[in-house]
Parts: sequence; C-alpha cells; structure tokens
Amino acid sequence: MIVAPIDPNHESELRFLLAGMTLRPGVYNPENALVPFQQINTLHFARFVILEDATREDLLAYGEPLAASGKSLALLCDFDGEADHFINRMASAVGPGLIRIFSCCSSPPSLANLVSWLHARSAPASASYVNWVGRTVVQVREEELLHRLLEEQIAALGVENISAREVWNKLKRFVEDEQTTGRITLTPETPTPWGWRIKNILHGIGIPFVLLILSPLILLYLPFFLIQLRIHEKTDPVIAPRPSIAHSHDLSVLEDHLVTNQFSAFGNLKPGPFRRWTITAVFLAIDYTARHIFNRGFLAGVTTIHFARWVFLNDHKRAFFASNYDGSLEAYMGDFINKVAWGLNVVFSNGLGYPKTNWLIKDGAKDELTFKDYLRRHQLPTQVWYNATPELTACDKERNARIRSGLEQSWLSDKALQQWISLL
Amino acid sequence: MAPLSNADYSDMQGLLRFGYGKLTQACFLLLRIDNPVAASSWLKQIPVATAELQNPPPARALQIAFTVQGLQTLGLPEKIINGFSAEFISGMTGEDNRSRRLGDVGDNSPDKWSWGSPGLLPDIAVLIYAESSLFDEWQNTIESQINSSGLTIFHTLSTTDMGDIEPFGFVDGVSSPIVDWERRRDPSGDKLNYENVSMLGEFVLGYPNEYGKYTTRPVLENSSADLPNAEDAPDLKDLGRNGTYLVIRQIDQDVHGFWRFLHEQTGGDAAYAQQLAERFVGRRMSGESLLPQSQNSIEGVGPNADDIRRNQFTFDLDSDGLSCPFGAHIRRANPRNADLPSGTPPSLLGRLSRVLALDKVLNKDPGDLRAGRVASTRFHRLLRRGREYGPMLTHDQREGPPAADEPPSGLHFICLNANIGRQFEFVQGSWLQSTAFDGLRDENDPLLGNRETLGRCPADKFSLPTTGSMRQQIQNIPRFITVRGGAYFFLPGIRALRYIARAGSSS
Repeated sequence: MIVAPIDPNHESELRFLLAGMTLRPGVYNPENALVPFQQINTLHFARFVILEDATREDLLAYGEPLAASGKSLALLCDFDGEADHFINRMASAVGPGLIRIFSCCSSPPSLANLVSWLHARSAPASASYVNWVGRTVVQVREEELLHRLLEEQIAALGVENISAREVWNKLKRFVEDEQTTGRITLTPETPTPWGWRIKNILHGIGIPFVLLILSPLILLYLPFFLIQLRIHEKTDPVIAPRPSIAHSHDLSVLEDHLVTNQFSAFGNLKPGPFRRWTITAVFLAIDYTARHIFNRGFLAGVTTIHFARWVFLNDHKRAFFASNYDGSLEAYMGDFINKVAWGLNVVFSNGLGYPKTNWLIKDGAKDELTFKDYLRRHQLPTQVWYNATPELTACDKERNARIRSGLEQSWLSDKALQQWISLL
Repeated sequence: MAPLSNADYSDMQGLLRFGYGKLTQACFLLLRIDNPVAASSWLKQIPVATAELQNPPPARALQIAFTVQGLQTLGLPEKIINGFSAEFISGMTGEDNRSRRLGDVGDNSPDKWSWGSPGLLPDIAVLIYAESSLFDEWQNTIESQINSSGLTIFHTLSTTDMGDIEPFGFVDGVSSPIVDWERRRDPSGDKLNYENVSMLGEFVLGYPNEYGKYTTRPVLENSSADLPNAEDAPDLKDLGRNGTYLVIRQIDQDVHGFWRFLHEQTGGDAAYAQQLAERFVGRRMSGESLLPQSQNSIEGVGPNADDIRRNQFTFDLDSDGLSCPFGAHIRRANPRNADLPSGTPPSLLGRLSRVLALDKVLNKDPGDLRAGRVASTRFHRLLRRGREYGPMLTHDQREGPPAADEPPSGLHFICLNANIGRQFEFVQGSWLQSTAFDGLRDENDPLLGNRETLGRCPADKFSLPTTGSMRQQIQNIPRFITVRGGAYFFLPGIRALRYIARAGSSS
C-alpha cells in the first residue's frame, strides 16, 4: 500500500481526478485514460482511498491527545509476483497518471523519481490474506474464457443422454483443438521461484521453532498477560454509535454494483503498549496461518474473501483494513459474526471502541448490531475500485480452475469424473 | 437474572401470532395523513385486534402499521424515530444499492411503481380482514371512519381468496418458522442441526433474538409514558416492544407467461411442463416435498402429520441436487441448514479441524465446491402473511392465453421481522436475487428473479443436475414477476400505538 499525505490545497482537485476514473460513484471506468489499471495484467484488484479519521475524537475517552487530522491518499494493489517488480511495472504502465494523482499530495513525485517515491511511501501489510495463493490474473482470465467456450460447446453438442465420460472426452478434444487454433490459451503454471519456496518453507518451520524456543518465557508471561487483558477488557470503553445517515449513504452509493464488493476501514488502536504488542502478535499469527494454512479458498470457514490486509499507520497508532469480498455487506458481516467472531475479536478488539470482548476471543462481534455499527462507522468510502474480473466470485474462480484441472488430467476415476461434471 | 416475562399477547397486534386464514377476505388500505390531530384521535380508539386467543375467534380484524414518513407526520420526535433501524428510516427505496440488492432495477425499479416510491409513499397501512359475509360492511365502516378522520385512502390493495393456492397454481404457505412464544429456546452456541424454531426476538422487538441480544429499537429515557419497560434496561420505556417491522411488496405474477415458457421448454408436454415447474419451485404443486422424509425429527416440525410429511427434511438428503435443484425457490428461500457445514463433528476438536479444514489440508482433497457457502438459516427467517390478488384462474386458464382485459394477478407479499436488513433484505438479496447463491452461477430465483444482470453476470438460467451425466440447463428464462409497489412499516404494539397517537394530538 502506498500512502501519501494530501496537500489540503489540492484535495478537491484530487477528488475530481478520482471521480474521473469512474463512470458513476462506485463503478470503475475501464476507458479512463488517467490510470488504466487494466493494462497491468498482474493486477487483481486496486483502489484509491482517501484516509480520513472521522473517529479520532474517540481517543478523548482515554484522555489521550487528539491525533493529527490530516488526510492521506492510499493506493492499494493486489497483484501477482514480487512487490519490486510490480512497482516497476506499474510505474511504466500508468506512471504519468499516478504522477498526476499524486501531484495533489505533499512533495509530489516526478517521472524521474516515481519508483523510488513509491517505495519510500510504501506501507507494508502487517497481515494479509489471499484466497488462493499463486492463482494469477492471467490464469483467472484464461480459465474464465475456457469456461464460457465450454458452455457454448456444450450447448452445441447437445449433451443430453451422453455419458459423463463421453462429455469429458469430447470437451478434452475440443480444448486441445482450440489450443492449436489459439482460441483457447492455457498458460502452464510458472514454477514458483526456488528462492520464494525456500523462504516460505523456512518461514513455515521457523516461526513455530522460535515459538517453541520461547515457549517457557511465553508460559511464564501468560498469567500476567491474562491479568492485563482482563483489566483492559473490563475498563475499555465501547464506542459504537450508529453511523450517521449521511455516512451510510456515502458508503452505500459505492456498493452492490457487482457480485463483489470492496471494504475499507480505518481507526485508532487502543492506546498503550499492551494493545500494541497484542495486535502485533495477532498479526503475526494471522499472517502465518494465511500463508501456510488458509491459502486454498477459505479463511476459517469464510469463502467469500478474495484479498484482505491490515496495515499499521501513524507509528502503530492506527490501523487500516481493506478487503475484496463477494455478496453484500450484510452477508459479509454475518459471515464474520457467525463463523469467525473469535478471529475478528482477537484483531479488532485492539481497536478503539470495539464491542466488549471476554478472554480476547469471546463475545465482541457476537454483539451483532453493536459490531455492525462499529464496522460501518469505521468504514471509509473507496473512491476508486478496480476489479480485473468483475463478473467472478471467489467460488467462480475456483470452479473454473477445477474445470481446467479436470481437462488436463489424462484419466479421471468415476468418482472424480462425477465431481468434475457437476462443475459445468 | 429475573425470570423472563411471558410474551404479552394483549399488547401485540394479532398478525404476529395469526395469519387470519379463517378471515378469507382482506384488503390493505394505504393512507395519507392530511390532518395529524384528527388522525390521532381516530388512532387512539381504533379497534386493533390483539394477539390474545379469543373464543370464539374474531370474525373480523384490523391491523395498523406506519412508515417513517407517517411517524414523522404524526409528530413523533426525531430523537425517538432515530431509534428505529436504519433500513426502516431509509425505506425500501431509500438507497439505490438497496434497490440493486433487492432486484428493484430495470422494469422493477421504484420509479415504475404505482405506490411506495418517493412521492407515492403511504403514511399508514391499515390491514382489514373479515369473514366473507361481513367483509363489505367492515370495509365500509373502516373506510368511512378513515375518511372522516383527516386521512385519505390513496391506494387500496384488494385481495382474492384463492384458498391455499398462489396464482401460478402452487400450494403456498407450506412452511413457516415456529415462534418460541414460551421463551424456552436457548440460542447460544453453534447449532449443528437445522431447527424450525426461532427466538421471539427475531419477530417481535423487545425480546432476545437468535444472538441472544435485543434488536435496536426506540427507547425513552426518564419517561412516565404508558409503555412497557425495556426488558434489558428496566428504567427505560420501550416503544418497540411487542411491535415489529412489516414489509409489503406488491408483486404481479405473469401466470400465462410462466406456463407458456414451461410449455415451450417441454415441447407442449403438459405433464413434463408441470414437472419442470415443480423443479423450479422445489415442491409439487400440491405442496408435497420433492425429497423423502428424513428419519430424524426436526425441532419445530410436526406433530401434525401433514407438516411432518411436507417439512421433515433438509437438503443434506439431496447433496447432489438430483431431487430438488440447488437453485430451486424453496432452497433459496429457506436453505434448512445449520450453523456449521453438514457433517461437522460436534466435539470441539471436530469443529476446530473443520474450521482449519485439516481434512482438506491433509488429504489434499479439494472437497465439495459448495460446502459452507450458504449462511446459517436461523438468522434469516421471515413470518409470511401475504395474500393473493387478481382473478382466480383454473388450471386450464392458467396454461392458456389470458382472457381479454384480464386484470393482473399476483401476491401482496407481506412479512414480519425484527431486523429488516438481516431478515427480509438478506433473504431477498443474498438468496433469492443473488446469482452467487450456494456456489451457483448465472441464475437467480426461477420464480421471483429479476433477470437484469448485475455487473456482467447473467441471471436467466436454471440448472437441473442429472444422474450420471451433464446437468440440464434451462436458458433465457424471462422475468415472471413485476414489482408494483412496496414499503417498510412499523407495526407497533398496542400501547406503542396509543403513544404514537398521542404524539399526533400534541403536534
């Protein structure tokens, strides 16, 4: 995520520029000439969000001084491959547009220094989630085209009364033929770079290893942690009034244009070192599990999130959360509450004003309406939101990948064949 | 904790507890308030039927509900109105994204409605029910009271007694959640089985809901008003208690278009057309289930034998959708699932391994693509109280062309719920209208779906899984319904109604 403070004299100009990238609020204009994200074929999702802390006065509940009120512009991209490579790519594909937009920020970039300017303003994710690690935009697009061509072919074949195996054989042959004509391209998976693999394995083993070594210390500290936690939980104020009608309206005009929606939220962490170190540990745990366990289509029972990330800002005093999810906000929050309330609690309960938790994981989000108001109140309008495949849910992407995979096998067992044919 | 008080039937409108099925005649009057003072003196003494059992049962009944505009016009202070839910305050047509979610776009968009859109929003809905011999007189009595009380009837929704059949010809109202009136239900913990019983607070404000919480509603501080005390804060007066939200949507049904399409698809084979229609719905026209009865009883189904035969099933029995297609109307309206995917072991370890999907990780088995994609049913239930309108057609008339000048027929869909966003809007938006329901694609509800595409997603197909082969797919399904109007109302408790009336007389 790139974050740059907005020059107050240029804020209205910036909003005008961002609005120019949309057809109407909430709908990205693929024809926009300013920052044509679709020219970057490694980019899944992107957004411009103006970060503005509308809840900063909540800090007064702790007698803390108010944090700075300035606004910043954030650019978030969910992309394939390494960050350095992506930034270079973005700078060469849409550099002039970025410079135009970031010219509304303080100490703006020039064409000469854009890449280093972006690097200098890059705020790393403290934790991130990817629905399917390694699935590229190119793959998603190719597999969607494959699916649509298969559908046409199925209609043309008249498949009624043909056995599943015959269908599979015919479609396999069709795909092979179309690959020679070039109508279908199925780029083979590029092997994961060895460096990344080794790093990933070391990470996968290393973190538990370090924890194991530290476990005596952790066990010793645990009772103190729990006492501190309970003291905090009993005294932390809940600040979750219903968001204003105007705020809800500003958000809702941006929502439900597609089967997928965006979510951006911003808020203060509870002051003091206890919460800060708790959330740091929690982010570490989330990042670890997202990387090594929840990397195949679901996050602890939630299947609708494409990408999500948390970023610390303002010297760890604030946190920003962004996600791309399927369905309505009501459904998204319902999934949170019903399936992963414990997971939300361990993170968001370190946020100022969160509904009261007990023992870090209990209650909290289970206070349904307070939680919904809390999230909605901290949500920010996402001024520009780009989605490379706006017609696809996470489920659609997975289905297409499975259809392809079934066609690339040289043999399917009867059971696998039944599973495969039910995907079409 | 003090023992829970019983549901206070004498302070509730009867519609919460009864469908008034024996009162076969009904009409719904949509009113505008011209003179709040005159209107409130009528509101103070209108004969509203309560939820108490009466012997003999009443031969007529009147119910009343208000839009936010009605409450404002009566002079209810803004501070109190702000205690209602955001959806109610905003209204059914209040936000474009709500219309997009509900499928109220294209030909169904509010600017084409005959009532309910901005400028055509009623203040009050009066629902009148009676036995057929008494109905005309009852309607005349109420209408003349209304006309002399500073109110104007600006739209009348008349109804037709079609027995238990809806206009397409299917038996309707077969399944309904059981309300936990005795307050015995414990909503805590994950429910591992589908249950057809809902907490009272899912349908009546002022009582705990399926989260064990009290849904937000207006409460009054330092008030001596004659209102119930808030159960969760006894020093507050609860304007919401014993009331709920009432949703009305007028839906024209293209009966002839529906059957014509089915006949076209089946080459004029009437029996096959009916079979296909039954797959669209997910039940036989007679209301019988397409699935076999399950061995295990379901809480809230039975003991009535008909109910057991028709409703003692879940879709676990049909995991490949061969009997009841995944996109069938009854699956979308009530997926009959539990809090965790079916087959989750009840032990903590079992649940943990399911959450972490250890089986998937260890076996490298991708598992069922559909698993866990549908939200838990118990948070999304509705009490339906709709009535049909238009001519009652015979089987042959339905399947033939329309008679000259035949008036439209359809459904005044009415439902009651305590949380419009989580209940009505969720069922309508995330289940019925969604092209992504249960991992499906390119299709929404075969009966009620708007076929407008959202983004670039088509919505005009219907897939029928087939044994041992490729699914069959019905394509280019037209839209069979047209929304003609709709609004969100607050159906107050009896004391709350009088309180609202008093607000009007002091305005």
